[in-house]
Amino acid sequence: MIRLIRRNAWVAGLCVLFILLAVTTKLIQPDYGAGDFGSLMRAVLPYAFAVAAQTVVVIAGGIDLSVAAMMAVTSVTAAAMMNGASESHALFVVPFVLALGLCLGALNGFLIVWTRVPDIVVTLSTLFVFQGVALLILDAPGGGAAEWLKGLVVGTVPIPFLPESVTAWIPKALIVLVICLAVVWIPLRRSQLGLSIYAIGSSELAAFRSGVSVARTKIAAYAIGGLFAAMGGLSLTLSTGIGAPIPGPYLLASVAAVVLGGVALGGGKGGLLGPIIAVIVLRLVRTDLTLLAVDPNATTIIEGLIMVIVVMLGAFLAMRGRTR
Amino acid sequence: MSVTAAGAEAVPLGKRIRRFMSDRPLVPLVILLVLLVVALQILRPGIVNERWIANTVKFAIPLAILAGCQTMTMLTGGIDLSVSTVATMAAFIVSTQAVEHGPVIGVALALLPAVLIGLANGIGVGIFRVHPLIMTLGTSLVGIGCLQVYQRTVIATGTKVPAFLSWLGTGVTGGFPNALLLFIPVASLILFVLNRTGFGRLLYAVGDNERAARLSGVVYWKVILALYVGSSLLAGVAGLLYVGLIKAPSLSLADPLLLPSVAAAVVGGTSIFGGRGGYTGTILGALILTVLTTLLTILQMPEGARRILFGLIVLLVTAAYLRIVEDR
Repeated sequence: MIRLIRRNAWVAGLCVLFILLAVTTKLIQPDYGAGDFGSLMRAVLPYAFAVAAQTVVVIAGGIDLSVAAMMAVTSVTAAAMMNGASESHALFVVPFVLALGLCLGALNGFLIVWTRVPDIVVTLSTLFVFQGVALLILDAPGGGAAEWLKGLVVGTVPIPFLPESVTAWIPKALIVLVICLAVVWIPLRRSQLGLSIYAIGSSELAAFRSGVSVARTKIAAYAIGGLFAAMGGLSLTLSTGIGAPIPGPYLLASVAAVVLGGVALGGGKGGLLGPIIAVIVLRLVRTDLTLLAVDPNATTIIEGLIMVIVVMLGAFLAMRGRTR
Repeated sequence: MSVTAAGAEAVPLGKRIRRFMSDRPLVPLVILLVLLVVALQILRPGIVNERWIANTVKFAIPLAILAGCQTMTMLTGGIDLSVSTVATMAAFIVSTQAVEHGPVIGVALALLPAVLIGLANGIGVGIFRVHPLIMTLGTSLVGIGCLQVYQRTVIATGTKVPAFLSWLGTGVTGGFPNALLLFIPVASLILFVLNRTGFGRLLYAVGDNERAARLSGVVYWKVILALYVGSSLLAGVAGLLYVGLIKAPSLSLADPLLLPSVAAAVVGGTSIFGGRGGYTGTILGALILTVLTTLLTILQMPEGARRILFGLIVLLVTAAYLRIVEDR
């Protein structure tokens, strides 16, 4: 047990932080209930998927600046295709959009491998390209979403053998998030591809010399990132009912949460759980500050300061760990 | 693709050109710039005149200064994403404070947050060894928040761009934009520091091989601290110039310049991994991007198509440039 905690010290620390924040929330707002938690999770959903997308890419030793733009493209595509279409039509739209995200991500990876231009520069250029594509599909927020899809993230679902007071605290949005991430991440983590992704992240040369196809693994990592981004785009369309062609603040949030979640920016270290908890913590901080009636502008300062201080602390601890 | 070693006598023309270009990496950039201007002239005959050139230079200068910040930080393997926030802060503060306190104090007040953010970046990156991308993103978030709070305290005074800044930003004297008065010394300073001083050498050394630099006695954190403070100061100066050019201070004034400033440095041949590049290429990169933007505006395409083309061209130029410079 102690070994387990020590090996996941960072994630454990985040969990403690989360619990502390949850208690604080309850203290400053005694009425904070299951419904508020549900809306928090709905707000977290697109952020969490953006973070997942960034995490996979960062573990593979890259960075994806086009996450938010990919989410915009997939969101407007979904919204434009579902606009005025029948409810069952959405059954085709969802897989199509997910495949689109996979392709966009794979395109990023392919360009990086093929042009040999650094990841940052390639994804910076595709950021412009994807923004442009999103604007061409919908030049203003619009479109629609199928009702059953929208219902997917609202409310709770009864779980057998659990009293209603417990299920009320498990909103559908959380279940959707956990299922979507687990379906992709758990098989990946256990497969050869997952191992290769960690390998090229920690040392591309060593991975190459041990027979890992660096190019193929990198493309796969970016493609999975694209898949998560497409889920994020879909969740955006679901929670708002429309598609917005202008990318939201997800890029910055995703990079911040990845680092807060204990994933090294150099690659090869960390998991998916840490960043996801980190993004929930960041959103909860925002909720708390709103509940405390702090000036919303000052909220930005506090968020930035938290990010800077935590990252500095993490880097400092890592440095002490190395020298010892 | 594979270039094998050939005999000295029978070198084909293509390879000779390539070798020439890889020896002088600025030549392809100049050629590209000329090609873009020619394309512009063909599409809209008569547009390339004295006024257009002055205008292009005017818009390229703030971008070139910001790209200078990126160039210097990239040489050490870093990046400074707080430049747009610093520039916006400087611009906003000068246009609210200079009315009351006069230009000198106004400018000093405007550059104060630049120094503070630079110090924070330098301490984070140099001493705590935080990744520059994260550190500068974080400080830029804090900066934006502070600016928003500040804006509410001065909402009554309103904003006014000082006359000397609009003269510097938009004025043209004898065919030359006044902004050159600021840019030529700044650019010469950057070039001098990078090419002729020990500090410049240290930047290249740290970016090329940090361990080796450290073992040969370079005090890493001092170099990084000085670098990020300098970069922030430059960004503040660029912000002052930009507000004189745009004449409408807002809280997102310099944001559209952030990604192009990275792109300009990269197009100009500075390696994002550090140790290779220079400021001359970056200036050319900034000019290329400015002309490219004009070209795309003139083609009267929808906004979406313009962004797509911009992204594709940046990628294409960088990739082609890497091929030319690295394939020997």
